[in-house]
Amino acid sequence: MTDAPRALVLSEPLSLWGGMDPATGELIDAHHPQRGANLAGRAVVMRSGRGSSSSASVLAEAVRAGMAPAAILLGEPDLILSIGAAVAEELYGVRVPVVVLPTARLETIHDGDPVDLDHVGPPVGNGP
Amino acid sequence: MRLVVRAAEATGADRLIDVTRAHVDSCLYHGEATLDFVQRLVDGRARVGVPTTLNVGALDLLHPELFRGDRRVADRGRLLMERYRALGARPTFTCAPYQLADARPVFGEQVAWGESNAIAFCNSVLGARTNRYGDFIDVAAAITGRVPYAGFHRTEARRATLVLRLAADVPAALRDADVLYPVLGIVLGRRAGSAVAVIDGLPLGQSEDRLKAVGAAAASSGSVAMFHVVGSTPEAPTIDAALQHRGPDAVELITLAELRDARNRLTSAAGERLTAVSLGTPHASLDELERIAVMLGDRRVHPDVELLVSTARDTMAEAARRGITTRLREAGAELLVDTCSYLVPILRPTDGATMTDSGKWAWYAPGNVGARAVFGSTAECVRSAVAGRVIRDDAIWAGSA
Repeated sequence: MTDAPRALVLSEPLSLWGGMDPATGELIDAHHPQRGANLAGRAVVMRSGRGSSSSASVLAEAVRAGMAPAAILLGEPDLILSIGAAVAEELYGVRVPVVVLPTARLETIHDGDPVDLDHVGPPVGNGP
Repeated sequence: MRLVVRAAEATGADRLIDVTRAHVDSCLYHGEATLDFVQRLVDGRARVGVPTTLNVGALDLLHPELFRGDRRVADRGRLLMERYRALGARPTFTCAPYQLADARPVFGEQVAWGESNAIAFCNSVLGARTNRYGDFIDVAAAITGRVPYAGFHRTEARRATLVLRLAADVPAALRDADVLYPVLGIVLGRRAGSAVAVIDGLPLGQSEDRLKAVGAAAASSGSVAMFHVVGSTPEAPTIDAALQHRGPDAVELITLAELRDARNRLTSAAGERLTAVSLGTPHASLDELERIAVMLGDRRVHPDVELLVSTARDTMAEAARRGITTRLREAGAELLVDTCSYLVPILRPTDGATMTDSGKWAWYAPGNVGARAVFGSTAECVRSAVAGRVIRDDAIWAGSA
């Protein structure tokens, strides 16, 4: 895969609602150490989802705006993000794989690494 | 139904169960995607299949003039709220449906609720059962009346795995002060993440309003969907009951220093003059409205300060019947319903600081609406609103040493 997205490893879980501007992909959570980073087109790695139940809408809106992450890699399942991705795919035909990996595997991914989405692990909640 | 099945796959559930109610958070405008979704449902003639309450929207439909943001966002936000009414949902437009007597589930009831603070309250304080239903899936559950039998619907997931004990250096006076509870919630969210914790060391029989403050803050700093407080929440008459009679995975102390640090971090303002005070996040209960009116007494809000109190339209109507809204307005407070002042621009744009008694407001408002927050207790907020400057009691945080 030549255009594999690069990993953006978040040191703390991020709530997309209140945490990402869906129009730009920018990380806007004032409490997050990586404020100012951009999630658009990246394989976002975090150990879990966090916070608001509105994050599904923010993910779908980011997909509509073309500013969504290329994939979200988590250490535990997150229904909110999986559903946001499923609705975005239904409405706009764009897939954002939400992938759950064992923590040990997740920790081997470093910031900036290209992530091969075909081989990183089974997608969870976003269809086959 | 496709979404519900997708959710079942994502959660590993082997079957679906019926729910008796739903609380839908999808009525808050987050861009055209949210309208595209509901439009598809309206076009397909969908209707909710169980009694369904609606969370806050982008606009106070009863006082639309309070909105100071982009006109287009207001129009699209209003349209979204109307679309959800068209699906048959009840226009409650509140983040605290548990404060509406006829929408409140009973102990053990299986429901599908959205809105992180409502989810935490439903599981923890009511002992009703909901998973974390985010946008879209909350609507899918309301329409189908079915959810995957997974997560907090199941007894075993409700067991505390983490014991958080207040350390001996946390003074007794602080343990019984309103101001502790949002701060404790912030610490709980940080420590627990998405795990279920049981908090030990608080006076027994804590009020719903205090537990609401804990849950709202914990669901902001973490993904807390359920917590126990020994002697206060219904599944924790004892610590052993909260642990479902098994040993905890971990026992940790919460020290005064950690609480003090969390309290300090809720203040993002750096000494700007006070221009606004925002109360009622989550939406104020009838008791809280009355307490604010009593605290104000016959004093008036300082002319340089805007005091905004958010509540549910149904709660406001009841408060009006009891004369509470008249007392609040005569003192110079403004009432906001259907939405919240950390979601959309409501407060007067100034360079000043906004004081709040809410951990959730202090957590989100700086990022969402560019506010500079000062955190204090409800009483401190009211006193400050009257004085026109920030007044806080630091002594209670100092410890006995």
